[in-house]
Amino acid sequence: MDNFLQQFCQQLINGISLGSIYALIALGYTMIYGIIKLINFAHGDIYMIGAYFGFFATTQLGVGFIPAIIIAMAGAAIVGIIIERIAYRPMRNAPRIAILITAIGVSFFLEYGMILLVSPQPRTFPAVFSPTVYHMGPLVANSQQLVILISALILMVTLSYIVNSTKAGKAMRAVSFDADAARLMGINIDKVISMTFALGSALAAAGGVLVGVYYNSIDPLMGMMPGLKAFVAAVLGGIGIIPGAMMGGIILGVVEAMVSGFLSSTFRDAAAFGILILILLYKPAGLLGKNVREKV
Amino acid sequence: MLRVEDINVYYGAIHAIKGISLDVPDGEIVALIGSNGAGKSTTLRTISGLMRPKTGRIMYDGEDITGVPAHKIVGKGLCQVPEGRHVFANMTVMENLELGAYLRNDKEGIAKDMEAVFEKFPRLLERKDQISGTLSGGEQQMLAMARALMSRPKLLLLDEPSMGLAPLLVKEIFNIIKEINASGTTVLLVEQNANMALSIADKAYVLETGRITLSGTAAELASSEEVRKAYLGG
Repeated sequence: MDNFLQQFCQQLINGISLGSIYALIALGYTMIYGIIKLINFAHGDIYMIGAYFGFFATTQLGVGFIPAIIIAMAGAAIVGIIIERIAYRPMRNAPRIAILITAIGVSFFLEYGMILLVSPQPRTFPAVFSPTVYHMGPLVANSQQLVILISALILMVTLSYIVNSTKAGKAMRAVSFDADAARLMGINIDKVISMTFALGSALAAAGGVLVGVYYNSIDPLMGMMPGLKAFVAAVLGGIGIIPGAMMGGIILGVVEAMVSGFLSSTFRDAAAFGILILILLYKPAGLLGKNVREKV
Repeated sequence: MLRVEDINVYYGAIHAIKGISLDVPDGEIVALIGSNGAGKSTTLRTISGLMRPKTGRIMYDGEDITGVPAHKIVGKGLCQVPEGRHVFANMTVMENLELGAYLRNDKEGIAKDMEAVFEKFPRLLERKDQISGTLSGGEQQMLAMARALMSRPKLLLLDEPSMGLAPLLVKEIFNIIKEINASGTTVLLVEQNANMALSIADKAYVLETGRITLSGTAAELASSEEVRKAYLGG
């Protein structure tokens, strides 16, 4: 029994650190959905782009972890803005399915564009932290896990502050709630949408760098699975709801860690997508979502 | 103050507005009346920049604002209170008012106007930290108007302010419109409730299926046989 508890707590630590990365990616999904009702399937690839920005910043520019993550976030933010401008904005009034397919196209473009640009070979992300292992009684946490947790926490608190307490954040919430009414307040919705893509992409990029630091390996297709998982996390929490994405990410991470720890890691992905099926069957609006009828 | 010159507006293939011209003189209340689907809201949406006319011109304050995007028009002092109020229901009353002042940066002026707005709508003060989706219909209408006033409009476009409200509340809302106008804001009022609209307006236009069929002073229209039959219940 003691052994079970120890294992449980250990997997909890692993799950929360993995989950905070899902949460960072899920936030972008949910924010972009909230504002233009688009499931941005290219979002996982932005996370990959972020990881590469971080990789080149550390290897080519030789900067430390914090400047690297900032460079990655800024770079991905710009990429996000450009993608919205070129691929999604012309489709603003197109049927939803058309813009969804565009997103899938953008995803492939980024994946195979990067293969062309940086080669499909996985790269070893340089160890930016000396891997210290902390023992807390029988439990172990390493320095990477702590860095992930702390960084994710700082980013989420910052995002909550921006969304809830700044003028730009209020404009974002206004556009997401009622775009026409927001325009009548003098809000330039194009600008707000660009800002949302920038913020969401920056968070995903931070997730990419953190994963690089954690697993030490990055490749151009690394965004596929985490992108899908983060999508599950966003749906789990209630798509369009920011605290929901944070919660969904953490829950998903913990469930995956528990399944890997107690059953087998081969069931990990099945568990994640099982959650998606269950939530769609029993609570399609997500854990924090309310069932709202479409306005007519 | 506002001159609409022969505008034509389409929804896809549907010709919604067929050559409308309007004149809204500085300091007056002008009413646009007509039945459901006559094109009243479309006219307002076109003036405030949410829609573009295919042909025609919209002159505001001596400037051609045809095709200028909505968010830029607000900055020129032309603000619309949309039909159905469209308050940000997931935000508090205060946050809604702050968004009304979105384009302004004078903190002191905003605080002052906030006080003035609360004086005009004391019910909103009682509910200032309440989520606005929980307000009653009348309170939401007040909030939508208060929010528009926060942008310091020179010309206020009101779309169906009486919609869905009890008669007593309608009276209250119309008294407030008169007050707003008396303090120097020009008003273009769209209403199905022709009686109320004509009672406070200086001038009015009657809109039918995308065309203006009658116009004149409010008194003239109120006594016109046609208007009485069609809109004032005999």
